[in-house]
Amino acid sequence: MFSNLDFDVVRRSLGYLFLDGMTFTLTLTALATLGGIVLGTLIALMRLGNLPVLPKIAAAYVNFMRSLPLVLVIFWFYFLVPYIGAWITGAERPIAVGAFTSSLITFTLFEAAYFAEIMRAGIQSIPKGQVAAGYALGLTYPQVMANIVLPQAFRNMLPVLLTQTIILFQDTSLVYVLSLTDFLGAASKVAQRDGRLVEMYLFAAVVYFAISFAASSLVKRLQARTAIIR
Amino acid sequence: MIEIKHVDKWYGPSFQVLTDCTTAVVKGEVVVVCGPSGSGKSTLIKCVNALEPFQKGDIIVDGIKVNDPKTNLPKLRSRVGMVFQHFELFPHLKITENLCLAQQKVLGRSRDEAMARGKKLLERVGLTAQADKYPGQLSGGQQQRVAIARALAMDPIVMLFDEPTSALDPEMVGEVLDVMVQLAQEGMTMMVVTHEMGFARKVAHRVIFMDRGEIVEDATKDEFFGRPRSERAQTFLSKILTH
Repeated sequence: MFSNLDFDVVRRSLGYLFLDGMTFTLTLTALATLGGIVLGTLIALMRLGNLPVLPKIAAAYVNFMRSLPLVLVIFWFYFLVPYIGAWITGAERPIAVGAFTSSLITFTLFEAAYFAEIMRAGIQSIPKGQVAAGYALGLTYPQVMANIVLPQAFRNMLPVLLTQTIILFQDTSLVYVLSLTDFLGAASKVAQRDGRLVEMYLFAAVVYFAISFAASSLVKRLQARTAIIR
Repeated sequence: MIEIKHVDKWYGPSFQVLTDCTTAVVKGEVVVVCGPSGSGKSTLIKCVNALEPFQKGDIIVDGIKVNDPKTNLPKLRSRVGMVFQHFELFPHLKITENLCLAQQKVLGRSRDEAMARGKKLLERVGLTAQADKYPGQLSGGQQQRVAIARALAMDPIVMLFDEPTSALDPEMVGEVLDVMVQLAQEGMTMMVVTHEMGFARKVAHRVIFMDRGEIVEDATKDEFFGRPRSERAQTFLSKILTH
């Protein structure tokens, strides 16, 4: 059964797969994680703060994003962002937004909802006494958050944040709906061009597995290193 | 220095934790606040630097009204040192960073200045050797001494202690009390919530006895330990002093 498989196709397309495909996948993962954590932390702070209305807006945002399939949001943003851009800037025509920018915005906004919930749990895990001690020293609310609560929350939540990033790394393959060439997209194109579907999809699966598995082992080691001494 | 005038505090609409509390602490005075659990002593001391809000009455610290919405609370709090029952050192920061953080962020001291001040106070509480460790590597007594040094680094005009020895193993109580006694003898204004009657006898000028949210007794040390006027204070004293 396996006698007519030709794995040489993998070797021949390595450059395209990794230089084009994987570079795209990793760039999108890294930027969306960074943006998602920053935005997510802000949403978590909004949700936990005692300003009027903001907690409800933050909660509504999180619930909304988590109730939609990611593919739908990717599509939706791709067709909507040009119009929203035009509306904001007052331009007459829809603004041309590249597929990459559109997917980056989508993933950032989508992941922010998940990162927000992780950060919310992290912030709530910090004892009230820590906040009181910060205030008692004369620190302001932003100073207490920036110097005492968030650094501890990040450390406590690091394993979960990185696990979510690994999920994001796998989810970026959904950009195929925008005809973008990520790693899976590249593999898929070669597979169809050369009629080597089994070989290419097997190889793609092995690569995704290897990277995700290595990353989760790394998370475990990192966890031991960054844990707060108690 | 601290004036507490007719303070009332409720949790929710009906549960009153403080009832008409009135007292004062003058400059250089050491006042011990004692009383049974749930009598509101911790709540009262937390009202002094506005860590707890209260609904009625006034608290004035060094001429500044704590409950005035216009008061710059961070500025006021930076001049009022506070030591907590559970130390509340910042576990992700080294001891030196714990000492320097607020000096730099709040008082605007340079790194070198803050470090020098921190090291000096660390020496004073006898913990120079622990400077580069993390709080989790220190014993409870050592952590509490660092917490006192951290509060002193801000050069406070008054120090508040909220049951500073209650969470400590018995053999560590002494080392913390020694630091506090020394501080009192140097003339620091102190308000101390504690059950350590030995400490009260040694350095307190006045003793306040609270029960069910009220200040039942507010007397000089000799009066309080000699012949408390209230029956509740007498019962309390007989219970804790016979052991």
